[in-house]
Amino acid sequence: MSRAVAIVGFGQTKQGRRDDVSYPELVYGAVKAAFEDAQIAPEDIDAVVSGSMPAPMEGVNAPHLYLSDALAAFGKPSMRVATCGSTGMSIAQMAYYHVASGLFDVVLAVGHEKMMENDPQGTMSTVAEPFFQRPFLAGAAGIFSMQSNMYAHRYNISEERVRQAAAVISVNHHENALDNPFAHIRMKITVEDVLNSKVVSYPVRLMDICPASDGAAAVIFVAGEKAKRFPQKPAWVKGLYYAGDEAFFGDSDKVVWESAIIAARESYRMAGIQNPRKEIDVAEVYNPFTFQELIFYECFGFCGPGEACRLVEEGVVLRGGELPCDPSGGVLCSNPIGATGLIRVGEAALQVTGRADKRQVPGAKTALAHAMGGMDQLNGIMIISSIS
Amino acid sequence: MDQTEVKFLEQVIYLPYRWAMGPVFTRFFEEFKKKKIMGTRCPKCNRVLVPARMFCPRCFVDTKEWVQVSDKGVIRTWALITFKYSGQPIQPPYITGLIDLDGAHVGFLHCIGGTDLTDLENVKKTIKIGGRVQARWREKPQGNILDIEYFEPIQK
Repeated sequence: MSRAVAIVGFGQTKQGRRDDVSYPELVYGAVKAAFEDAQIAPEDIDAVVSGSMPAPMEGVNAPHLYLSDALAAFGKPSMRVATCGSTGMSIAQMAYYHVASGLFDVVLAVGHEKMMENDPQGTMSTVAEPFFQRPFLAGAAGIFSMQSNMYAHRYNISEERVRQAAAVISVNHHENALDNPFAHIRMKITVEDVLNSKVVSYPVRLMDICPASDGAAAVIFVAGEKAKRFPQKPAWVKGLYYAGDEAFFGDSDKVVWESAIIAARESYRMAGIQNPRKEIDVAEVYNPFTFQELIFYECFGFCGPGEACRLVEEGVVLRGGELPCDPSGGVLCSNPIGATGLIRVGEAALQVTGRADKRQVPGAKTALAHAMGGMDQLNGIMIISSIS
Repeated sequence: MDQTEVKFLEQVIYLPYRWAMGPVFTRFFEEFKKKKIMGTRCPKCNRVLVPARMFCPRCFVDTKEWVQVSDKGVIRTWALITFKYSGQPIQPPYITGLIDLDGAHVGFLHCIGGTDLTDLENVKKTIKIGGRVQARWREKPQGNILDIEYFEPIQK
């Protein structure tokens, strides 16, 4: 039987264009903030797990070697994971495995990205295998636009309705980001701004899409029995799961999306959640594209198939709603990819411990953190609670 | 620390690759050069997988039977690409499309064309999910995935 695992520290850098620091300096900022939050020093850490996008994004391969000093990894086991958008969730889950196994009591998880130093869409296109798919899969926007079109068609949702729901999500998250000092894009926008913004890849418009960001985040995972030694109220990992689809984009359905459905079902089972809409108080849904967030609401059982627009129209997933999503502003307003999934975990931990400042969802006890990666291929979820 | 302007180091990394195709993809592209799209059937789940594979990713058993599928099919979804990025082999605008070829059980990723792609309204009118398309082959196939220039809507 695995051990209980708690989160006792979280640090993140300001996200955005971070030309002001080198890559190791950026990572150092996040790790130092997490150490300060947990009131620990490098010698208290038993192991380090870290990750980012595939290394062509950084232009330094095996970046955990280059970044080892900033990762406080001297003299410790140090592992790297790279699963594209879901990297941050993979890091969190790896850190959990380390602690739950009983081999390590205190594990530092670090996600990092500098997207402004490279052509991110060019890097992402090299994630596709070269023989059949790479020439056609145009960065992230092409993939997610195909998924958006498929979704609206599947349930015969009119273009107007789905675009309106997507625009409302965008406005809600941008408003949330104004309360998050770490977020990249912080501006007030209207539904009309979103609907009239430039088409990037039909039907996806500029304000339906996340920015490319620089940023880093660090989370401290500890053995449950040690959690009391740390000053912050612990956030408990109650459930987690990670699932993937096949390598070929056309092999599986991306609307009734199995990897997302499995990740939700299994993490709910582990956490004992039967009615996610009622039992989850806040969700940090990975949403680089507004339309994709609609699909996730359905895969995660927040509503039935084809009902996601109604969830937005009724305000269930918006600020003040029954299940508010992305009070941090989410991926839509900040996407330093390797850090992004881990920021979802950190934000969820802040929410359930009442430490989320102006973005706090009042009384939140149970939170869902999620990330998606690859060419719509991988999904991971972590359920985090204030109750052990 | 003082706020002097930070400097940058600039470099392009050029690394050539030579990817082995293996026996199955080699045969696929030999047939492709003859304007045939080949799949393999999984003996367990009976699905025809396109492009041909050595094994079924779900059943994890060898696929031995080769099956020719149609170069016509139905659009499962599409996206109009109008932005550029480094290393992009096809110049925008182009449409990425997922096509369910007749006789296949998985989607086939390629381009959709044969209509004015500079006009979004025209694209929305002519390219529809569920619409039938047909491969437009290059005159001189080279044995790679771009031997099909694009799939074009079949005029009724």
